[in-house]
Amino acid sequence: MNIGEVFNKYEPKKENLLLILHDIQGSNGTQSIDEETLKKVAEYLDMSLSQVYGVVSFYTMYSTKPRGKYIIRICQSPTCHLMGSKSLLEHLKETLKIDVNETTHDKMFTLETSSCLGVCSEAPAMMINDTVYGNLTEEKVNSILEKLRSNHEND
Amino acid sequence: MKTINDNIMLDSKYAIVLENVGKIDPMKISDYIENNGYEALRKALSDMKPNEVVESVKKSGLRGRGGAGFPTGLKWSITVPLKGEKFILCNADEGEPGTFKDRLIMEGDPHKLIEGMILAGYAVGAHKGYIYIRGEYKNSIETMKHAIEEARKNGYLGENIFNSGFSFDIKVNMGAGAYVCGEETALIESLEGKRGNPRIKPPFPGIKGVWNKPTVVNNVETLANIPAIIDKGAEWFTSIGTEKSPGTKVFSILGHVNNPGAVEAPFGTTLRELIYEYGKGIKGGKEIKAVLIGGAAGVFLPKSKLNLKMDYETLKENNAVLGSGAILVMDEDTDIFDMLVNVMEFFKEESCGQCSPCRIGNPMILNILDKIKRKKDLKGNEWEIILKTASAMKETSLCALGQSAIMPISSAYTYFKDELENQGE
Amino acid sequence: MSEMVKIKINNVDVEVEKGTMLLDAIKKAGFSVPTLCYHEDLKPNGTCGICVVEVKGSPTLKRSCCTPVDRDGMEINTFSKKVKEARETVLKLILADHPDDCLTCIKNQNCELQSLAEQLDINETEYDKIFNEYEADYNSSAIIRDPRKCIKCGRCVQVCQEVQTVFAIDMINRGHDTVMGLPFEMGLGETVCVNCGQCIMVCPVGAIYEKSYEKEVWNALNDPSKHVIVQEAPAVRVAIGEEFGMEPGTVTSGKMHSALKRLGFDKVFDTNFSADLTIMEEGTELIHRVKHALNTGDMSKLPIITSCSPGWIKFLETYYPILINNVSTAKSPQQMFGALSKTYYAKKENIDPASIVSVSIMPCTAKKFEAQRPEMNSSGYRDVDYVLTTREFANMIKVAGIDFPSLPDLNADSPMGEYTGAGTIFGATGGVMEAALRTGYELISGETLPKVDLTEVRGMEGVREADVAIPGLPFTLKVAVAHGLGNARKILDKVVEQIEKDGKSEYHFIEIMACPGGCVGGGGQPYGSTLAIRAKRAEGLYKEDAEMLEHRKSHENEQVKEVYKEFLGEPYSEKAHKLLHTNYVKRSKY
Repeated sequence: MNIGEVFNKYEPKKENLLLILHDIQGSNGTQSIDEETLKKVAEYLDMSLSQVYGVVSFYTMYSTKPRGKYIIRICQSPTCHLMGSKSLLEHLKETLKIDVNETTHDKMFTLETSSCLGVCSEAPAMMINDTVYGNLTEEKVNSILEKLRSNHEND
Repeated sequence: MKTINDNIMLDSKYAIVLENVGKIDPMKISDYIENNGYEALRKALSDMKPNEVVESVKKSGLRGRGGAGFPTGLKWSITVPLKGEKFILCNADEGEPGTFKDRLIMEGDPHKLIEGMILAGYAVGAHKGYIYIRGEYKNSIETMKHAIEEARKNGYLGENIFNSGFSFDIKVNMGAGAYVCGEETALIESLEGKRGNPRIKPPFPGIKGVWNKPTVVNNVETLANIPAIIDKGAEWFTSIGTEKSPGTKVFSILGHVNNPGAVEAPFGTTLRELIYEYGKGIKGGKEIKAVLIGGAAGVFLPKSKLNLKMDYETLKENNAVLGSGAILVMDEDTDIFDMLVNVMEFFKEESCGQCSPCRIGNPMILNILDKIKRKKDLKGNEWEIILKTASAMKETSLCALGQSAIMPISSAYTYFKDELENQGE
Repeated sequence: MSEMVKIKINNVDVEVEKGTMLLDAIKKAGFSVPTLCYHEDLKPNGTCGICVVEVKGSPTLKRSCCTPVDRDGMEINTFSKKVKEARETVLKLILADHPDDCLTCIKNQNCELQSLAEQLDINETEYDKIFNEYEADYNSSAIIRDPRKCIKCGRCVQVCQEVQTVFAIDMINRGHDTVMGLPFEMGLGETVCVNCGQCIMVCPVGAIYEKSYEKEVWNALNDPSKHVIVQEAPAVRVAIGEEFGMEPGTVTSGKMHSALKRLGFDKVFDTNFSADLTIMEEGTELIHRVKHALNTGDMSKLPIITSCSPGWIKFLETYYPILINNVSTAKSPQQMFGALSKTYYAKKENIDPASIVSVSIMPCTAKKFEAQRPEMNSSGYRDVDYVLTTREFANMIKVAGIDFPSLPDLNADSPMGEYTGAGTIFGATGGVMEAALRTGYELISGETLPKVDLTEVRGMEGVREADVAIPGLPFTLKVAVAHGLGNARKILDKVVEQIEKDGKSEYHFIEIMACPGGCVGGGGQPYGSTLAIRAKRAEGLYKEDAEMLEHRKSHENEQVKEVYKEFLGEPYSEKAHKLLHTNYVKRSKY
């Protein structure tokens, strides 16, 4: 969806701001919202740039910096933490060779931590874009990343 | 369209909100209808006046299932007499660690939630409903949107439902990654396209909510109880659970248990039953050390408290909280200090930052915990300072997030004092 | 009339109206509660947590700024052990989140956090410092931001969004990273900020303050090759005394001139002179537009809107470009003065204009921006070199060790120092309107004003309207006055709607001041401005007008008559147009 299509989908009401931001972010290939785009959103909703930036910077799902094709959100809340998510985070950092909130050089993966994802009986868990993975182990994580990489190569 | 393989346990005699989950196809309204779906709505719209619906919910003793446990009928009755446009706002921002019951309902039995919302609208005089679903719950969002479309097509939503003259419609809104938006006034702010900062109360949302109009804010699980109450009656509902906590609760049994999952059981079920009968005991044959009940905004309890009945009153009397019903079971090898640090990191990350006590108190407590762990510049009064800080946060924070830090801290310190004071040794 | 209820505060019985905020009820009982984020001109937002009190029966402490008395028999304790402990802990947390830069901070001795720490007797803390090291923003020509010191009280955002409706700033980030900030790390000068400085007026600490030009002015004063002249706005003379313990509204024009002479300015003029000049130009412009409308039926140049408030002008350019042609082309008094100082004055006294350093003392931060607008160089030089706020002026007086209250009165120098009452009331909301009407009435009708005090346009109400009948004018002049940009929107939206619907508006003449109260409430005035204090300052100006000056109408100013006779010719002449009139630019909202 380009930005015009997003605006066609939603009436210019402030209650649609978060929905508009999600749609823009999810369809522009960078999984982020840049300054020019945010200005257009502000104008569409008759809000100021400062207000919409205040919103974007508040919510963790939005980013103003471009992110990778796949955003890995690994839960670090108490249930997952008890079940070993901290060492899985370290494993991801080592495997992908990036720190939290960074993107791999090939722009494939961005690593983020998350609060409880609501799949707690399958802890430890992570989301990659819209898909949730639970009962994670280092091996599982490796195979998930592998599969995503090979999917991408086949695209 | 399920997210993941959830393990759902029910005592079938008492299954109310999860009765259809896993048994029907949530994408087919016909499944819901065949299972008595929308019958409560039909009954209410044709045989009951709005205030009769309110009375029924009041008599049932239903209490909010989001964590606060406020009597639902009472909440509705505050909005009933007000004039002008009103809203029903379903709080589906489920973010309390260890909680996924609302997701189960939305993904598994979306029409039950829709029916509950329409009934709420009819009762208080609202014609528009919002469901605010946390941004990470993609499946819930898609499922609810699909169900709403189907409900519209079949005449359960829209103008003149069942020829009653009553109209109601629902819009799905999304969150974007902020636990604090589960607080009802922060939820409203977020819905209005703003930063999720809680508002000063009073005024309460029932009087001034979305766009300053009267708004009934209810949790998913709360609304999912409404159809059954209307269909089977308040008396039936009060026959389940305890006197002051009637009905069922969806608990989640998690952590070091053999069978983690969600359990819908009557209030009054003991912790021991939940952990050993449903959760099938501790993994690896180990001993239980502690449970964290209520989520991060909850309390640590030692194994000596396993006979506690899970209901609002019993827990309150024992300095504990039900919260969202999350029960995190920790075995003998668990480092309680480490778990407490993790809980505080959660609060620090999720604090909205609006009020000083919470914004500064959470990182300050972490700062001290870190010094304790590294045995750096210790003066021996660190726990005193931590407790004093958390206590001040309880007294002065603008919302329940900041007010909650004292619970895990104080309970961990009460029951695991030796372990906490001997950290780093 | 609300129900009266009997409550107990610290065991003292007091009767108050139900619905009274605890903060006020507590005052009535003879106590007070410390506050930090609370500001009497803003809605309470409850961010600081300092004003908490114990309410019997309530599970937690309650904020007295936003908790109303809701029943008979309420029992409140404002300094119980529980309250003292919680309040002290919260303050210590706030201090831990704030740098200890007091000795070199611009708000040293004027800081509400400092005062609070002193008031609550905080002598030590058990907390480490954990504040974020944000970078300061020096981008704007008028206002500097230092987010390191921000205590996240939210007042600046409230004033910018709710009072001024400019929406240049907001809180950004979340949790401990929350701070008042700008999108995409831009500088304040790159935003829609209009430089009104109301944010500075409400900031309790040193997180926002004006860009100072004191150093440059001292350098000029110490440079024997420079001829340094100064003008002072009307609003300065009724506020500068506050910096030296005098009551707000005390008229200190004479002392003000004295102080400047003692600081070493070569000539001490007065902006009120050019305020009278502005009336001549703008009054003539009004008459031209009215005549044009009467003759041709073309109403598009009415209403004429005043143009002396640079905060308003940038707001116009950003949010109401559709009304640009309605705004008077007359420059502000500051800028008219600047243009004349390096042409008329230089020529008259045979001084090389290149050696003139033109300084102004203003109650305003937007004047710093105005002086640097590219087109403000019609003299062939920068018309006004440096703008100092009232506060910077006070700093210089203190650094020089001048005992302000004991100064003798001194008149301003010729040929640009004489002023009438009409000039001095410019500093109050409604003052420009009244000054213009005093002259307009007499010029149009040829008759003397029956009543000089046009009280219908005075007062502190946000938007005021009046109908003025002028003999010789075939219709009643409909005028409006608004102060504070949020109030400006109210009247401007009405005008725009009328023009879009009917092709014309019912209004003929509108005065807009960016700051609440008018210039007396400007962003450069002494700290602690409240609406109540602004009202007192305005009273001082009306007093000077009524009791202390020889003339009260701009067209009676002898030195102004001289400028026209010797130099400009007549109002609205070609020379006047070149030096004393300007144009505006459309600015993007984004």
